[in-house]
Amino acid sequence: MATETGTVALDTHHAPHHPPHLQHHFISSEQQFEASKLGMWLFLITEILLFSGMFVAYAVYRIWHPEVYQIASTALNPWLGGLNTLVLLASSLTVALSIHFIQKDDQRKMVIGLILTVLLAATFMVIKYFEYTSKFEHGVFPGGAFNPHGAEYEVLNVPYAAQFFSIYFVMTGIHGVHVLVGMVLLGWLASRGIRGHFSSAYYTPVELTGLYWHLVDIIWIFLFPLLYLI
Amino acid sequence: MSETGQQTGTAVGQAHHGGLNYLNHDRTLKSWLLTRDHKRIGILYGLTLTVAFFVAGFLALLVRTELIAPGQTIVGPDAYNQLFSMHGIMMVFLFLVPSIPAILGNFVLPMQLGAKDVAFPRLNLASYYVYLFGGVFVVTALLVGRVDTGWTFYTPYSSNPGNDAVIFMTTAVFIAGFASIFTGINFIVTIHKMRAPGLTWNRLPLFVWAIYAVSIVQVLATPVLGITMALLFLERTLQIGIFDPALGGDPILFQHFFWFYSHPAVYIMILPAFGIISDLVATFSRQRIYGYRAIALSSVAIAMLGFLVWGHHMFVSGQSAISSIIFSLITYLIGIPTAIKIFNWIATMYKGSIWLQTPMLYVLNFLFMFTIGGFTGIMVGVLAVDVHLHDTYYVVGHFHYVMMGGTVMALLGGLHYWWPKITGKLYNELWGKIAAVTVFIGFNMTFFSQLVLGSKGMPRRYWDYLPEYQPLHVVSTIGSYILGASLVIVLVYMVVSAIRGKRASANPWGAVTLEWTNTTSPPDPHNFVRMPIVTRGPYDFHLVRGLFDGNGHGDGERVPEAHVRPSPSTKETE
Repeated sequence: MATETGTVALDTHHAPHHPPHLQHHFISSEQQFEASKLGMWLFLITEILLFSGMFVAYAVYRIWHPEVYQIASTALNPWLGGLNTLVLLASSLTVALSIHFIQKDDQRKMVIGLILTVLLAATFMVIKYFEYTSKFEHGVFPGGAFNPHGAEYEVLNVPYAAQFFSIYFVMTGIHGVHVLVGMVLLGWLASRGIRGHFSSAYYTPVELTGLYWHLVDIIWIFLFPLLYLI
Repeated sequence: MSETGQQTGTAVGQAHHGGLNYLNHDRTLKSWLLTRDHKRIGILYGLTLTVAFFVAGFLALLVRTELIAPGQTIVGPDAYNQLFSMHGIMMVFLFLVPSIPAILGNFVLPMQLGAKDVAFPRLNLASYYVYLFGGVFVVTALLVGRVDTGWTFYTPYSSNPGNDAVIFMTTAVFIAGFASIFTGINFIVTIHKMRAPGLTWNRLPLFVWAIYAVSIVQVLATPVLGITMALLFLERTLQIGIFDPALGGDPILFQHFFWFYSHPAVYIMILPAFGIISDLVATFSRQRIYGYRAIALSSVAIAMLGFLVWGHHMFVSGQSAISSIIFSLITYLIGIPTAIKIFNWIATMYKGSIWLQTPMLYVLNFLFMFTIGGFTGIMVGVLAVDVHLHDTYYVVGHFHYVMMGGTVMALLGGLHYWWPKITGKLYNELWGKIAAVTVFIGFNMTFFSQLVLGSKGMPRRYWDYLPEYQPLHVVSTIGSYILGASLVIVLVYMVVSAIRGKRASANPWGAVTLEWTNTTSPPDPHNFVRMPIVTRGPYDFHLVRGLFDGNGHGDGERVPEAHVRPSPSTKETE
């Protein structure tokens, strides 16, 4: 090494100040927090690109068959979709509040915020369940099983309508999986919060899950108008 | 020389830990399988990828053997289609994509940054097991059914019910993609947040820059492959009609999606190789790298431009002429940053003291063969020429010159270079040199003949051919045997050296990046006993006293202190 590198006196094996949440390979809590946050942002970028493939497929086929997509989208219930949008927006508020409260060291309010978020997410999934089943009852399935019947759904007996619903079910289905994953994460955070694992000094998992939850919300904000409204 | 400098050589850190290093501080199997140490994960990846490489390579030799004569030689047409498909799928997804980042990136990158580990060690271990899980699906696909789509899974071949194992294969690729994403995220964060004090962006070794560029590509491109594979999976299971024209879909959309990943994936495979070559060419020319920033930023430029050229795989697919022209033009542009690198490497060698050890021989192999790979790449990017060359052996030759002549040569060079650091042992230099030369001969026999075959019109992926093509096919097959035998020789002497090779000093090559100057061979479990502070660039040989006083045999022995000139500059040293 000779002249080019000195060394700091700090012996890296026995760092003097070492809070329990700090992993051994980080120098400080700040470094660990910053690293985790950057990692999460990168992960969110991969999520956006994952959905982008489906958005491209939607865009291409909508341009090819605009009239079919317009008819098919009327079969979706914009009121239920709109209600779900409000539910998800509210859940984004509650998760943001839980981060706000843990920054103020208010563990109880953070836990309440997280539990409210889980409940709102569950509401979203229940509404989605009723939407899906009302479609399945009338034979509106994704892909090869597509066989619409019933008064409101007769209009769907046109070529390529099946493709619209394939895209609808795939996009909202994969989004729904993300909501379920988010519910598990938020529930886990709430249980850790009850056990007092978080404080204003360490709330990285809450912050990261909050970021993830906002992304799930944002993707729905794009799905709703594209599938239900236009 | 500072007082810490006196400890360079075998002594660094050993006083502190009594000779314990990352290999022997805990010898249990559990400590290996559940390790979060980036060095051990690199080795786990290394062992697994070696298996994948030799299995896929063996399949290639079977393909070449079948092609030694027209008509049936050893396997029928159906088995042949599955052989080349498996060769391609395994080589690309299980070997080339992870290869350099997962093995050498994992091992070297944190040390080059002066960090104890990557930012997310658990994620790093997870990426290994996710990769392994993907590999299990590939083997399952092999056992349960047939896949003869080639590595590209084009619809409608892949949505055709005859290819009953495609579902397993798409699952495998989907899963292995996550391993790639995890590695990419880990490296980007590590490079941003874990650098030692004083290690500015302009002092990063070029290997780090290359891994940074490749990680960006991995993070941006791989999810698109993931969703493509998921849609193909749903197409087969639910007939969702995204890629099936009968249901309103478009098989060409699959090609767009696939190449939106798979062209950048070519850069995932080659960019890390550029990084290795930069480090090696400087170290073995005893010269600061020429055009440091140009090399560093050209990696980033290639990563970005690489996203804009996927359509050049689809010139004959029926995409619009305008698209083809634009894609063709951007393809030419990629030649610029690539040529910048080649010129800079050669300028680095110019007036340097070139030390022809095995790693440097692989650098020369790389420069020769990758340049052919690059030029033939420009050729197939030319619209009119491509119509003739598309889907011929010319394309096969081209990408093997890039992937094997580029990536694998750099990987071999890098493995030899870091071998003393990884194992603490020296490989046999004579065998190393012999193998490097026979690899060169075997490789060029195998693939140059394919360039000629392709320009004469021999189509790729064909089981049978006209008798006129036979002489060149025979040359190619014999070359592939030489290449295969050379690689087995490499494997054998590497394994032998790991068991009973000569002990390596901390810095046998006189390199000046942190993994050589500030760690032992093999390194401490925590890499550095004391955190390094960086005060110079990664190739500032002239600022490093006490390194050019080796005896020139690369055995770590030094010329006695009295013989060292007071202030050796690069030119005076040798």
